[in-house]
Amino acid sequence: MRDFDYIAPKSVEETIKVLSEYKDEAKIIAGGQSLLNILKQDLMAPEILVDIKHLSELDYITYDEKEGMRIGATTTHHAVEVSPLVIEHYPILSEMEHTLAFPQTRNWGTIGGNLCIQDPTGDVAPPLIALRATVKIVGPNGERILPMEDFSTDYYETVLEEDEILAEVRIPPMAPRTGVAYSKFRIVEGDAPIVGAAVAFTLNEDGTCADARIATNGTAPIPLRIPDAEAVFKGKKITDELIQEAVEVAGEAMECIPDIVASDEYKKRVAKVYIKRMARKALSQIQ
Amino acid sequence: MKKILSFTLNGQPYEVAVKPKTTLIELIRDEIGLTGPKIGCNAGACGACTVLIDGKAVDSCSVLALQVEGHSVETVEGLADGDKLHPLQEAFLDDGGYQCGFCTPGMLMAAKSLLNENPDPSIHEIRHGLSGNLCRCTGYVRIIDSIHDAAQRMKKEGGEKS
Repeated sequence: MRDFDYIAPKSVEETIKVLSEYKDEAKIIAGGQSLLNILKQDLMAPEILVDIKHLSELDYITYDEKEGMRIGATTTHHAVEVSPLVIEHYPILSEMEHTLAFPQTRNWGTIGGNLCIQDPTGDVAPPLIALRATVKIVGPNGERILPMEDFSTDYYETVLEEDEILAEVRIPPMAPRTGVAYSKFRIVEGDAPIVGAAVAFTLNEDGTCADARIATNGTAPIPLRIPDAEAVFKGKKITDELIQEAVEVAGEAMECIPDIVASDEYKKRVAKVYIKRMARKALSQIQ
Repeated sequence: MKKILSFTLNGQPYEVAVKPKTTLIELIRDEIGLTGPKIGCNAGACGACTVLIDGKAVDSCSVLALQVEGHSVETVEGLADGDKLHPLQEAFLDDGGYQCGFCTPGMLMAAKSLLNENPDPSIHEIRHGLSGNLCRCTGYVRIIDSIHDAAQRMKKEGGEKS
């Protein structure tokens, strides 16, 4: 690892000031569970690390029946996993965190850090996209809110400007008759996912599909929402045949990128299986 | 340039000057001289460097030393109470919970973190709680048995030292 300077601002406001001053010479560190491995390999050499891990003003989980949930960016994976509020209102998030990497990673790593490092196989984004989450970004000109699926731009790249930070994840209340499921494929517990899929359905009172969401990880440089496959379900009664049809549409939409673990063809086949399984699981939660 | 770090290690307050790029495991082993926690993969994958930060297991190779400012860190050296071994250590001895010993300090701390939160874990919960720790001798069965045994012993002791 190359030498760098280190600063631990006392507030979000001070963090933005420091970032505005150092611009691209600075890099933010939160839990550092991915960043330190990148620094150890000299793949990145910031002049200064700006540590926000200890910022307690970004460490919270709240729930409001109208507004839904708000999770501060420096909340650890573990805190999300065991939060009674999360377990009550969005159990899928607790389940996802329960299998994210290892206990050690979850105890120190943060939900915001995970989203910002933008590893294409990351667990956090797909279920958040399925849950229609948004993110709050704070910078020198105030804050902006973006849909979760618009946050990532490329491998390890997000929309964040040099002087901005991700401050909060917001999840709207779940509509009645909604089911959400997420799972991932990997060889060994604790390994990064090879691919994963999250599916959410909201049904009308007559049982037809009011809304569907499908998002995958490991299938593209960024978490991939697949609107074409979602559209297959709109207004229709969800059957196994319809799920199969959507899976085929999703297969066409995914241009999987091979990596050290799996070929593109293999990833696509497995991702299709996971979309199908998660669609059935999400549906079974409502019916 | 070095910065001053204040934290607690095994109950003792420390104030040390460290380079920003020093990781917690490097501080503990190379500068303070406690060599219980081991550097295995140095990438947050093997768990040999596991220590507790505020009672929770963390890979000390994947934390900058400066990040534990104001926190309480515990290594395997802080587990025994003087000459009296912790029930986890006793159970590892009695039940053959280690072979070469390289992973043991990390296993013990991961187990302690697990028992802090869940004093009576099932075998499945123990396996899940240890999913971040590799044993290069592959002696997992005895390790899991030892932790199960330790939990029973601690229950009998009435949680005298958790």
